[in-house]
Amino acid sequence: MEIPYTVSTRPDTGLWNAKVGIWLFLASEVMLFGGLFSAYIFLRIDAAPGTWPHGLLNVPVGTMNTAILIISSVTVVLAWAALKMRRYNAYWWYMLATITCGVIFLTVKLAYEWPQKFEHFGAFIKPDALAKYEQYLGNERRLEKGLEPRIQITGHLHSQNATEYEIALDPVNADPNNPAMDRPHFFPLPVTDKIATVEKADVQRATMFLPTHSAYFASYFTITGLHGLHVLGGVLVFTYMWLPVSKKLYQRNPEHLANRVEVSGLFWHFVDLIWIFVFPLFYLL
Amino acid sequence: MDSSASVETHHDPHSHADEHEHHELGFWRKYIFSTDHKVIGIQYGLCGLAFLFLGFCLMMMMRWQMAYPGQALPVIGKFLPHIFGPGSMPDGKMTPDFYNSLGAMHGTIMIFLGVVPLAFAAFGNFVVPLQIGAPDMTFPKVNAASFWAFAVGGAIMLISFFVPGGAAKSGWTSYTPLAGIADTGPGHNPVFNGQTLWLIGFIFLITSSLLGAINFITTIIQLRAKGLTWMRLPFFVWAQFVTAFLLLLAFPPLEAAIVMQLMDRVAHTSFFLPSGLVVNGVPMSISGGGSPILWQHLFWFLGHPEVYVLILPAFGIVAEILANNSRKPLWGYKSLVFSVLVIGFLSFIVWAHHMWLTGMGTAVSAFFQTTTLLISIPSVIILSAFFISLWGGSIRFNVPMLFTIAFLPMFGIGGLTGIPLAFNSADLYLHDTYYVIAHFHYIVAPGTIFGLFAGVYYWFPKATGRKMSEFWGKVHFWPTLICMNVIFLPMFLQGMAGMHRRWYDGGQGWGVANEHTIWGLTGFQWNVPISWAAWTMGLAQIPFIINFFWSIKHGEKVNDNPWEATTLEWTAPSPPPHGNFVTIPVAYRGPYEYSLPGRERDFTMQNEPVEPTERTRRKAPAEPVLA
Repeated sequence: MEIPYTVSTRPDTGLWNAKVGIWLFLASEVMLFGGLFSAYIFLRIDAAPGTWPHGLLNVPVGTMNTAILIISSVTVVLAWAALKMRRYNAYWWYMLATITCGVIFLTVKLAYEWPQKFEHFGAFIKPDALAKYEQYLGNERRLEKGLEPRIQITGHLHSQNATEYEIALDPVNADPNNPAMDRPHFFPLPVTDKIATVEKADVQRATMFLPTHSAYFASYFTITGLHGLHVLGGVLVFTYMWLPVSKKLYQRNPEHLANRVEVSGLFWHFVDLIWIFVFPLFYLL
Repeated sequence: MDSSASVETHHDPHSHADEHEHHELGFWRKYIFSTDHKVIGIQYGLCGLAFLFLGFCLMMMMRWQMAYPGQALPVIGKFLPHIFGPGSMPDGKMTPDFYNSLGAMHGTIMIFLGVVPLAFAAFGNFVVPLQIGAPDMTFPKVNAASFWAFAVGGAIMLISFFVPGGAAKSGWTSYTPLAGIADTGPGHNPVFNGQTLWLIGFIFLITSSLLGAINFITTIIQLRAKGLTWMRLPFFVWAQFVTAFLLLLAFPPLEAAIVMQLMDRVAHTSFFLPSGLVVNGVPMSISGGGSPILWQHLFWFLGHPEVYVLILPAFGIVAEILANNSRKPLWGYKSLVFSVLVIGFLSFIVWAHHMWLTGMGTAVSAFFQTTTLLISIPSVIILSAFFISLWGGSIRFNVPMLFTIAFLPMFGIGGLTGIPLAFNSADLYLHDTYYVIAHFHYIVAPGTIFGLFAGVYYWFPKATGRKMSEFWGKVHFWPTLICMNVIFLPMFLQGMAGMHRRWYDGGQGWGVANEHTIWGLTGFQWNVPISWAAWTMGLAQIPFIINFFWSIKHGEKVNDNPWEATTLEWTAPSPPPHGNFVTIPVAYRGPYEYSLPGRERDFTMQNEPVEPTERTRRKAPAEPVLA
């Protein structure tokens, strides 16, 4: 038994089956990420002053990852076009480039960006103790300028004992009254060697930059994690279509392989598009 | 994906062995890990029926606690602690936690493991490809994956009864922050606890319905038979088409919400946990900043379309059986199609009418009240068209038709009693009372489930080549109809008297349930006849179960078209072979050409060519156009 229109198009719809299927799948994906992004909006609108952090992510690295994904979007189209022209070797190289881009993206995300966050420390100061740490927060000046207060001291956790944290400060807390610190920096500034001692009794809550740290990091890790799973899925599918097993399909029915590359390419473009939303929402805004 | 496999084996040196295997599939490939839409449909159907009965059993246990609170459950009470653990029913007496588990899991199982798999996946899988003249679904392997994702999700839900602490107990809606803190702390596994397993199970169920929905829509768009244009589709196919879109687009936001609640529980984030949350007098160590209302929005963004996922397939089944057994065309086919499309669209913008009590403000409330009332218009059009379809018909009162006719007023009661709930001001009083329970159960129980029973009796001959017993079908129908009404009608009264839907003691300890009598009984005392009716209805399902299994082997043998129906599934052999049709069907006419003047028989099947005389009279195209 043959299912009609797996490779050839149905005359009245002008489509083969998988192309209808992938667009429907992408529609549901839009709703999935739409749900997550609307959660982001909800949480951010509801966030109390000072609780939604800015400038904690590495913008150049994020920019590079954005560029890598966009390049991979181009190479996957070139791979598809090469198949359409029946140039398998060119297809093979373009597909390899696409897979490599996906792997680089994931490696940067999982082996560099996330672990850096896990080592970064933030302590939210209790409201009545904020004045005590004015030298690290600079709230008097911010209040005059009408800016949101700083309620968190961040940096590397140098050491801690039963009553105190010793934090090697981020520049923003080391030099809080410098107006240059009011805005996030494009190039991340390294942690200073200035060490602040924060009493645990004054701290509302202190953790590494883990999902549990704040609503911001909760949504950052959830959304980038889910996006990363999508990238991983795309890489696995592309790898399957790049391996010799798919060359057999190419020799039997090159159009079938071209169709497969087309639908998985559509998925890949969608994954890129999600990143185009993720990048400004978390890195820039 | 696999479609070229059989062709390609010729190039393969091992072709003989492969080909042999391909044609004669073993038991496992043929009946268990099948990719045939009919087998998958039947698998879904059997699982769905089993889950429906299980969900009903949970409710029958709860009904004992409501009618006779604090008393030991007779006979089975002493066995249950051995099954569900000592914390469930010590000495046969139900604990509050176990009562809550039963309530939450009754809703979850009935909706997501019972009705949806049966109404959408089972009937849709079995009937839709046959009705559109397709050899199978477009993606048979994806179809099988959909079933197995469902099976894993169902298994996880069942396993959750047996983990320490028992199954989820925060209602089928799992409202946060209650659900966020439930089943945590000493004695609970961080992952293998009721609420977390509920969430993980749901991810599988959503995956299943996503794969199914994509498959259904693609199949209906791509695999319609030659000549089967959109306006020649049976209404059942339209209903499934819209249902598939609802599942496709409404479930993912819930999946997002479930992922976030899972993060809250496993990674200790605070998506749905507000700042300053204090549990048992202890401030929780969480970052806070979350929004409990966000969960409600995301949940009901699925939850309301889900209501139409439950009812639209039943509409479809009812339409088929109604036309078939009144022996006349369905009245207002085009109005029905456009109504179902409008329902599909509007169902996405009514969700917040489940949340009047959250205080959204008058502007938002006004918007959702308006859309909620708007959606009643196409629903009324559909129900009216069904009633008018009966007018002047030559009605055959067989068992499918009995269930179908009963569906109409039952759904009518359910729909009309929903209108007071659509108004913010009336709902403030009725919210979370038994009135709400009665309202939606009238829609889903004597509504949808009657539609499903009708469908089982109607398409049983297509699946097996045999009819179910008419007599035992009537023995099933009449007590079920009476019991349904004895169960749910008094609940309107209880609800209007102010009885809350989640009372563990059935209202025994609450003044509002005991101070006034309604028709001679207090609200609390009404629990007794309701419970007895529920148990009687349980007994009334026994004829159905026996009839169902007995008829597979011993039912009356019938031909390929026992109901003298017009749609394409009745042109296939019963049961249809792999690939469905002996000759590829071509459609020449609409789906409900009953009692066409000037013809010998009172039904004209869709694949009967238009005769020359008929053509001049009806101005039908001479040659079928492709779709």
